Formats: sequence, structure tokens, C-alpha cells
Amino acid sequence: MRLALAVFALLAAAPWLGFGEGHSLTLLARGMILGIAALGLWLLVGGAGLVSLGHAAMLGIGAYAVVVLDDARITDALVVVPVALAAAAIFALLTGAVALRTTGVNFIMITIAFGQMAFFTASSLALYGGDDGYTLYGRNTIGGARWLQDRLVFHYTCLALLIACFLLLRMLLASRFGRVLRAAKESPLRVEAIGFNPYPYRLLAYVVAGMMAALAGVLLANATEFVAPSYLAWQRSGELLFVVILGGLGGPQGAVVGALALVLVEELLSDLTEHWRLIMGPLLVLAVLFLPRGIAGGLAGVLRRG
Amino acid sequence: MAEPVLRLDALHKSFGGLAVTADVSLDVRPGELHAVIGPNGAGKTTLIHQVSGTLRPDAGRVVFEGRDVTALSMARRARLGLARSFQITAVLPGFSTRENVALAVQARSGTSFRFLRAAAGERALNDAAEAALAQVGLLDRAAVAAGALSHGEKRQLELAIALAQAPRLLLLDEPLAGTGAEEAERLVALLRTLKGGPAILLVEHDMQAVFALADRITVLALGRVIATGTPDAIRADAAVREAYLGEEAIG
Repeated sequence: MRLALAVFALLAAAPWLGFGEGHSLTLLARGMILGIAALGLWLLVGGAGLVSLGHAAMLGIGAYAVVVLDDARITDALVVVPVALAAAAIFALLTGAVALRTTGVNFIMITIAFGQMAFFTASSLALYGGDDGYTLYGRNTIGGARWLQDRLVFHYTCLALLIACFLLLRMLLASRFGRVLRAAKESPLRVEAIGFNPYPYRLLAYVVAGMMAALAGVLLANATEFVAPSYLAWQRSGELLFVVILGGLGGPQGAVVGALALVLVEELLSDLTEHWRLIMGPLLVLAVLFLPRGIAGGLAGVLRRG
Repeated sequence: MAEPVLRLDALHKSFGGLAVTADVSLDVRPGELHAVIGPNGAGKTTLIHQVSGTLRPDAGRVVFEGRDVTALSMARRARLGLARSFQITAVLPGFSTRENVALAVQARSGTSFRFLRAAAGERALNDAAEAALAQVGLLDRAAVAAGALSHGEKRQLELAIALAQAPRLLLLDEPLAGTGAEEAERLVALLRTLKGGPAILLVEHDMQAVFALADRITVLALGRVIATGTPDAIRADAAVREAYLGEEAIG
């Protein structure tokens, strides 16, 4: 919790600590948006022990909700966000109902399959640019006001939503619902032996995770004012999964820390050399080897000692 | 005679061509401790899986409190009051000892689709959990992570979890498995204190413990019931002696 507080405080102060210009704010917004999507995935991986490789599809559904409504000239967040969340919830409910009949490797494969289905569907939407993607007319309004045009407002909107998702996740994990979910991760057999069927708990977690990703998708569409099918590609899901593991499975703060770390390290390295991916790969391997509890686990240890 | 808590009715289960449970019938009466023994390979574990619901029999019925539960899942049977402990300890290692038990209480205390309140702060759940821990003598370890308990303590925790379900029938799958002499002695004393509460179906390898605890004993050999009776009757039974010939002396 201390670590999360520190990160949120830094993000709140960032515009006044020399990260106030456009490029830096864009970068931080990308980190926070990735963080929101990763929080949803953390609920599955860290909370329920379900490794999904189809999480980007949910993010893409949120982004494409913005596109479809933008094309219909509906650009107010008060409509766009509920529609995006509902669309992702329905998709998660239908695909989760099937995928959660399985566990382990089969679950991973089924989530990839559903994710690719969504990816190819997006690619074939000629009306919305198909493979080339779709450029928005502009950012969403909020109750008619063009607040999101303002870089600082957008920054604090992302931060507020990130914090809200983090708190929601903590509350869910500590609740009766979350306790059953966590217990089913440790021993499904035990949970069934005392009378719980883990399935409905996992399904609900899957839906909540999908809705968080969709919220991130809406924000991402607004941040870039452009949406392409690549948002839904399974490589994106892999990146999200990597963020969660890199950050650490000890607590949901891992998702936030992992997302920011990935975005910032990527940026630093790409400033140094155009072959930054050659450095990034080994760096990630080292991180996994030497930080078994993730970056968040390592940082929390430092905070406790300090 | 009162309706038995549990009645197994001509259960049959084969794996491949091998009948592991063959025409097994037995009943457990209210308040009774009924033990199932048998040499290795007699089909004890397969039998207990069919009672708890992890395995479906090929034929026959499992009747629990007058209700045919043969087709119900383990979770459904648990909600009806059929609690089981595991031969290989299945506690939640990352949960505290208290929370392991509190979760079992939670399973029978209203819906678990509650999202706002922290479950660890629910007084009613914790109080009931601590009562069960006190019953098995593990209250002073309530705050310790279950993964850090000794093997014997984990066996005690298994019992506390089963007791916290307020069961009508306790299904104990080798509760003494893997314990040392001293731990086993303590667990036998603990099991004795549970007698007269819920009916108990005990599957156990430790003969001394079985003969000290059981009201009635059913002996399995090669999947079949070869004898059912009081400990004294079983001790004197010629078929039982033959089945155990060369294994170990009984009684």
C-alpha cells in the first residue's frame, strides 16, 4: 500500500516535476492506461490464478466502441464509456463462460483463440478502416465539455481512474468474493470440498477484468485519437501479461508498477539507440530472474528497510 | 432403528477391467464412528472418493440423510453437510490458519457474492473459526500461515476446517497419514473427543487407532466387503484374519 501511495503521489506531482510538457505527459498517460488494463489482468492472474492471453481483446473492444460511436457522431464519454464497458462485459461473459470450463494451458489457448477472433473481426471492419485503423474526429467530450483536450486534465483523468480501479480491486480481493477467488487459486479441491463451486466467482472476475481493460481501451483511443486492429493482437495480450509478471503478483500494485516501468524503460532505451529492443529483451530476462516477486516486490522490500 | 446418516447401496466402480469397488453396501448411523479398513489395494480410497463426490460410481447409490446424492458434485454434497478431510493435506498454504477455517464458515453463512466488506473483518466468521480451532487445540496458531504449520498441525487444521462446516457426516480420509507416534496419539485423543457429535466415516491405516475409536468396522478386501461388525467381532472374524495374513497382526 505504501508503494502504491508513493507511485500515485509521484504521478500526481509529475507535471510539476519537469514532466509537464506534451511528450512526457503522453508517455505517462500511456503508462497509466496500460496500468488500468494490467490491473484487470492482475485480478485474473494474481487474484484467481487464471493466465489469460486474450486480455487485449477486451481493451480493443473498449477502443472500438469509441470508434463505432465516433463514426456515428456520438462522442460524449457519458455514453461512450457505459457502452464500451457493457460491450466488454458481454464479450467477457460469453467467452469466459466457455474458457473457464478449462484451466491451465487449455485456458490460455482458448483465451488466445477468442482474442484472435476479435482481432480478425476488427481487421475486417472495412467501415472503420480495416487493417489501416481509424482516426477519430477528436477526443470524447464529458457532458458536452471538451475537457479531455487539455493535457493536464487528461493526465489527472487517467490518474483518477487508475486509482479508482486499484481501490476497487483491493476491495474486491479482500471481500468474501475475493477470498473465495484467492482460495480457489491456492487449492480448487479444498474450495470445492467446503461447498464452493469456483466457476461463478471466476466468471465474475473475468467480466470485471474485461471491463477494466475496456476502460483502458477508451482512454487509449482518446490518448492517441487513433485505433487499429493491432490493439487486439495477441502480442498485446502477451505484453500485458508480461507487465503483470514483471510488476509482481504479490499485490495489485504490481500491475501499476509493471506498466509504468515497461513504458519508461522502453522510452529511455529508444532514446539511447534505435536497436533498443536488443537491450530490452535481456533486461526483461534479468528482471524476471533477479526479481522473483516482481519490481513491486523488490521495491516494497526497499521501502520496508528504508 | 433410526434412519442412517449415510447409506451406500451396492456401489460398483471399475477401472479398465478391474473392479476396485464391487458391490459395496454399508451404512453409518447417527452419532456413530464407522471405520473402513482393508489391506493395501482394497479400494478404500476409491470408496471414499465416491462418497465425497470426486468419483462417480458405475452402479449403485450413495444416500445421504435419505436423499440420493449419487449424481451431486462434491461442492453440492458439502453444502448438504457432508464434510471431508484429505489424506494428502489440502489446506490453503498462503492463508492464515484462522482464514482457512473462516472460509469454511463462510461457505455456510449466506452468499459469498459480497464485495464491499473485508471478509477478514467479519466477526461472526472469525468467532466460529476460532471455536473450531479451539476444539482441535490449534487456537494459538490462528495467525500463522497454514503453510508454516507442522505436518501434525496441518492434520489438526484439516479437522478444524471439516468441523467448521457444521457437518452431519465427517468423512475422514486417513487423518493419521504421515504422522509420528506422538502426533498420532494426540490426533487419536482429539478424534475421541469428536465422538457423539456428527457421524464419522473413518478410513484409516493405523489399526490400533481404528480399534480404539470405532463403534463398528467394515473390512474391505479386493473391493468387496468381507465383514462388518464391532471391533471385537472383527478381531475374531476368520475371513478378516485371512485377508490380512502376512500383512500385519490386527487388534
